Amino acid sequence: MPEIANDEDQAPTPFQSGGVPDFSNWTCPLPLVGYPTIVMGHGGGGKLGNELVEHLFLPAFSNAALENLGDAAVLNLPSGKLAMSTDSFVVQPLFFPGGSIGDLAVNGTVNDLAVSGAVPKYLSASFILEEGFPLAQLAAIVDAMAAAAAAAGIQIVTGDTKVVERGHGDGCYINTAGIGVLREGIQVGPRQAKPGDAILVSGFIGDHGMAIMSVREGLEFESQIRSDCAALNGMIAAVLDEAGGAVHAMRDPTRGGLASTLNEIAQASGVGISIDERRLPVRTEVQSACELLGLDPVYVANEGKAVFFVAPEAADRILAILRAHPLGRDAAVIGQVTAEHKGMLVARTQMGANRVIAQQIGEQLPRIC
Amino acid sequence: MKYLTEFRNGEIAQCMAREIGSITTRPWKIMEVCGGQTHSIIKNGIDQMLPAGVEMIHGPGCPVCVTPLELIDKALAIAAQPGVIFCSFGDMLRVPGTDADLFQIKGAGGDIRVVYSPLDAVELAAKNPDKQVVFFGVGFETTAPANAMSVHVAKRRGLKNFSLLVSHVLVPPAIAAILESPGNKVQAFLLAGHVNSVMGYWEYPPIAEKYKIPLVVTGFEPLDLLDGIRRAVIQLEASTHEVENAYERIVTFDGNQPAQKMLAEVFEVTDRAWRGIGVIPKSGWRLSEAYREFDAEQRFHITGIHTVESPLCRAGDVLRGAIKPAECAAFGKECTPRHPLGATMVSSEGACAAYYNYGRFLSAEELATAGSGLTHA
Repeated sequence: MPEIANDEDQAPTPFQSGGVPDFSNWTCPLPLVGYPTIVMGHGGGGKLGNELVEHLFLPAFSNAALENLGDAAVLNLPSGKLAMSTDSFVVQPLFFPGGSIGDLAVNGTVNDLAVSGAVPKYLSASFILEEGFPLAQLAAIVDAMAAAAAAAGIQIVTGDTKVVERGHGDGCYINTAGIGVLREGIQVGPRQAKPGDAILVSGFIGDHGMAIMSVREGLEFESQIRSDCAALNGMIAAVLDEAGGAVHAMRDPTRGGLASTLNEIAQASGVGISIDERRLPVRTEVQSACELLGLDPVYVANEGKAVFFVAPEAADRILAILRAHPLGRDAAVIGQVTAEHKGMLVARTQMGANRVIAQQIGEQLPRIC
Repeated sequence: MKYLTEFRNGEIAQCMAREIGSITTRPWKIMEVCGGQTHSIIKNGIDQMLPAGVEMIHGPGCPVCVTPLELIDKALAIAAQPGVIFCSFGDMLRVPGTDADLFQIKGAGGDIRVVYSPLDAVELAAKNPDKQVVFFGVGFETTAPANAMSVHVAKRRGLKNFSLLVSHVLVPPAIAAILESPGNKVQAFLLAGHVNSVMGYWEYPPIAEKYKIPLVVTGFEPLDLLDGIRRAVIQLEASTHEVENAYERIVTFDGNQPAQKMLAEVFEVTDRAWRGIGVIPKSGWRLSEAYREFDAEQRFHITGIHTVESPLCRAGDVLRGAIKPAECAAFGKECTPRHPLGATMVSSEGACAAYYNYGRFLSAEELATAGSGLTHA
């Protein structure tokens, strides 16, 4: 766990990795001039802003490129192709079972790079904070980001903080951008799926979306569901190291869930996709919560799952590699690519009939009855 | 997984479908009343499993679909007012009014909240005494008890800033209206099991007797639906017309008595307009005299509503079971879930949306071969 203050004997962080934090016994590590919350001055480029950098961001993200405090980070990268990705994070609530906006901000960008066939290296992190946002919560978020970065083996090398007036933000928004180095000899992309390819998913679907739902205001329900938020670069490296040539496409099915990802790849590659609903790994708790709310787990978000399109003869080997990795223990082969029904996702139902799973229009909405 | 897997067993389903095939000697047209049943039938492909002669006709039991356009326009007008917190279940938000939907009103600054129970809206009213909190209370008998409870609680707590924009509709008059419509093709009904969980089925024997028609209280899972269809076919083949209960794990003859008592206190029967169908006499509920002060229509006096339905939309014919969604010329062309012309394409329970989302723009042959590539064990 990285430091978030100079004082080694500070009160323990409220962010227990994976849980909803408890702020009751927590004291802010920042020797701020009497401010327990974000004030406009924290984004003003003056002393208050410097204090945030010096006492919060630097100790947490600690690395040489960041510590130069230049206007840009100067990085050493090997020659070859680079991959770059960016994502903004606006999740509510900020803390949820299994993670926080901080975990998402790091893992989301790491995963986008990893599924593109790159080895993630460096991230930027920009914060848009709302006036009045508790510093204790910011520290917990930064702490989570530092832990996630360490777990993913990447560095956060540059950043920015802006403060908006109260009522003009939702507490804390984070943008991260990342750079990765493309692996040699890997040819993956959403257009590369081919008829005959086997489709694998690395574990249970729908955990993240239902974990968020379970703590959303007005809907709190008792559940054991935790977000699956995790950096996938390690698991993906294990697959590509051993069977990289057989992998044609990869994607992390985040917003819109598995259904959106499969539809996108069907359209991008100009192929049809057939899956078997009976083979989809869905936790009982997630299935039950979905039933209760009238949602379909195939449309529910994931933050720690990858979908692989692989040459059929390599499917069993890749399944074994995935299952040997802690994040892929529940991986399954869920279907295959076909030359039929191009651009569409078709599922064999529990009943043995077929149905099309269409792209969603917007968010899934809980229905009336 | 009790109730999740045991009523979705594919092998038993195939068995039941074969049994229905073996007892069917003539073509029959059976209507499932509830949109949730339509959704389940299309999602699970149950209609594909039935013998060729047994045709499912999709009924009007989608609360979002039958809510009159005028009321949706009123909801939009109320929601757009400053000082109003407008609360609704999620799937009403995307239903288009004449000019906009609730999402657009929200984007333009309206305070619109998705709630999961009308009692959450009452709580919002208690916490925001300077705001008018309105709950959009639509639906069949299923959602009515919670809506009734909301005004009951608001009255007990003396909340002057809570009101209900109410448009409740009732199943029995709708069934009678369908049976009396010229050109009716429906020969048996699967009753909406969740309506019966509240109301029981004591209201239905006179309907079965008057119209000589089998009525089967039916659930929503694949095996529930197949059992309902099986029992309807047995009755049709034997020329009987009983009210049967194929949803015994949930439904009793008397239903939920405390809920019915609450409904009788809070609501009174009224004529209701059904979108796409027209006014059906005594087919809905409005707030009773004792609770009239909580009626949002009275509180806000919205006037000047001029509704315009799309001339292309045949939602009314779909809701009456006169046509299948794909038989509408606009289906999948001018009218898609992204650009819905009528409510049956918007609501997750609407028959048009179910047909579109589960791929009924494909021909039966295309759909049958669609999954044939699944060879990986």
